[in-house]
Amino acid sequence: MEATVARRVTYAPQSAQDVIRMEQIRKVYDTGKVKVEALRGIDLLIGKGEFVAIVGPSGSGKSTLMNLVGCLDTPTSGSYLLGGTSVGTLDRNQLAEVRNKRVGFVFQSFNLLPQITAFENIEMPLLFGQVGKRQRQERVKELLNRVGLADRGEHRPTELSGGQMQRVAIARALSMDPDVLLADEPTGNLDTSSGGDIMGLFEELWSQGRTVLVITHDPALAKRAGRVVEVRDGIIVSDTAA
Amino acid sequence: MRLGLIAQLFLRSSRVQRKRAVLTISAIAWGSVSLLLLLSFGEGLRRQLSVGTVGMGKDIAVIWPGATGKAYKGLPPGREIKVVIDDIELLRARMPEAQVSGEIQTGRASIVWGKKTVNGRLRGVWADYEDIRNNFPREGGRFLDPLDVQFKRRVIFLGNEMAKDIFGDARPEGQTLLLNGLPYTVVGVMKKKIQMGTYSGPDAGQAAIPISTFKSQFGRERISVILVKPHEPARMKDALAHLAEILGGKYSFDPKDTRALGTWDTVENQKTTRNVLLGIQIFLGVVGGLTLLIGGIGVANIMYAVVKERTREIGVKMALGARASWITGPLVLEGMTYTFVGGLIGLVISILIITLLGLIPTEGNEALEFLGKPVLSMTVGLASAGILGLIGILAAYFPARRAARVDPAQTLRYE
Repeated sequence: MEATVARRVTYAPQSAQDVIRMEQIRKVYDTGKVKVEALRGIDLLIGKGEFVAIVGPSGSGKSTLMNLVGCLDTPTSGSYLLGGTSVGTLDRNQLAEVRNKRVGFVFQSFNLLPQITAFENIEMPLLFGQVGKRQRQERVKELLNRVGLADRGEHRPTELSGGQMQRVAIARALSMDPDVLLADEPTGNLDTSSGGDIMGLFEELWSQGRTVLVITHDPALAKRAGRVVEVRDGIIVSDTAA
Repeated sequence: MRLGLIAQLFLRSSRVQRKRAVLTISAIAWGSVSLLLLLSFGEGLRRQLSVGTVGMGKDIAVIWPGATGKAYKGLPPGREIKVVIDDIELLRARMPEAQVSGEIQTGRASIVWGKKTVNGRLRGVWADYEDIRNNFPREGGRFLDPLDVQFKRRVIFLGNEMAKDIFGDARPEGQTLLLNGLPYTVVGVMKKKIQMGTYSGPDAGQAAIPISTFKSQFGRERISVILVKPHEPARMKDALAHLAEILGGKYSFDPKDTRALGTWDTVENQKTTRNVLLGIQIFLGVVGGLTLLIGGIGVANIMYAVVKERTREIGVKMALGARASWITGPLVLEGMTYTFVGGLIGLVISILIITLLGLIPTEGNEALEFLGKPVLSMTVGLASAGILGLIGILAAYFPARRAARVDPAQTLRYE
């Protein structure tokens, strides 16, 4: 707990460098009869270039937190600045644009579109970002190289291994050069060795200055991050630098 | 760019389930065929009926001089009004707004050619009867002309049925026959026509001679029927009032006396017929449209299934930054494609069926002749396209709206 306080103090003056700045975020799911309070006042600052692991047992609210960080959902109350933009006041189309340009998602189950090639999967956010055709192709080639799949561009996801699929997903997440890379249990569906590769890739990206936010159960994974935030019962219970 | 993007996304969306797509497209094609055929039959019927109703003459009025129904200027009711040949000339001179003609009828014409004798109806007429009453000659002959009337020529124009009765397979034009004992030359035979209105039997079974010749031979000059065709059909009522005024002045009867002149205004009748036909067409359109609607529900159904199957895909796209319209656009396009392809197939099948029906001979079969041939007109095509388009949009819109409501946070949660 002391570390949390310390960090806040450390980061507050550098707010211009904050990629994520959440203050008193609350999220209540109203299911009609029952109101479930998933997040009960989250304060979270994540600076540019940090590698943060968010850990916590299931039901702790970390998925909700991830959805809010990724602008897939909006908080019930509190303020959230993503890269300096207040997200709470945006409409659906603006939120779509924020997701497109500022957030790169990596999912546990990869979520690649099965009917199109790896190349086209990586190209998808560029299409939504209305990037020109030539630039798109250059960017996708560069990303395929970056994740070591230069020769797999024309393969469909079903023709790739789990680790390869996740690397395609990471390339896709990076395509629009987002402010933050958001990964939800990225190694959850992988064997140990592929999982290790993926973590290595995240570390590499971190070392190149990327901001990475990983949600995980896996203590081994959390250990490799620069900072671990533990969520329990909708609040942050610890925030420690590794 | 936006439309291009939607087209691009459409091409990249999940592969269509072929069997389901085929079934859906068939349903739309079937619906389109029903709609198109029903409307085409309606159109064919309409054309046939309109041809039939004007078979007697387009936009004409038929007037029977009768007996007065009211006392007028000291004269008692019940006086017969006798209109004569010269009165037609008077009306022509005084009524520049209309074509005026008339005829004298007799049911006692005995026509002899060789060993064949036929008794039938005969009319004494002017040359303009041809246009007013649609008595057009078939190839190889002519109608009576003004010189025939002027010189009281003994020439005769035969209805096609009557000509067949007398001459069988022989060629009537140019033949000489005996009409009540006097020789007449056949100048023409009427071209076959569909005639639904008649006042003294169909024209096909009658013969016509110049009115001057008629007067000489039968010693009659009292007009049986006056015919009026205004230059502007809409002003028929005015023309009839004018005519009653002229004759009323000459024969001293109240121009508003409806019994002095019995009138059949076909313009009025055609209006009613048109409305009835429009009603029939709307009814057929509704029946066809409902059939097509079932096809549309099929499309909506398949699109709902597609949305359901692709919920995860939709969620992923939303997470990657797709706007709602970029999700719904390709779906609407997909639904519209089913509808469009189905409609196109339906159109091709309909054209085939209508062409084949056109090849079936209806000659001699009265029921078929009357029903007419289905006609795929521009109006039918446009109406069908409109209904099809509307159904297509509705069938695609509602499922797409559901897709737009997909909550990405919900769908992307763990498997």
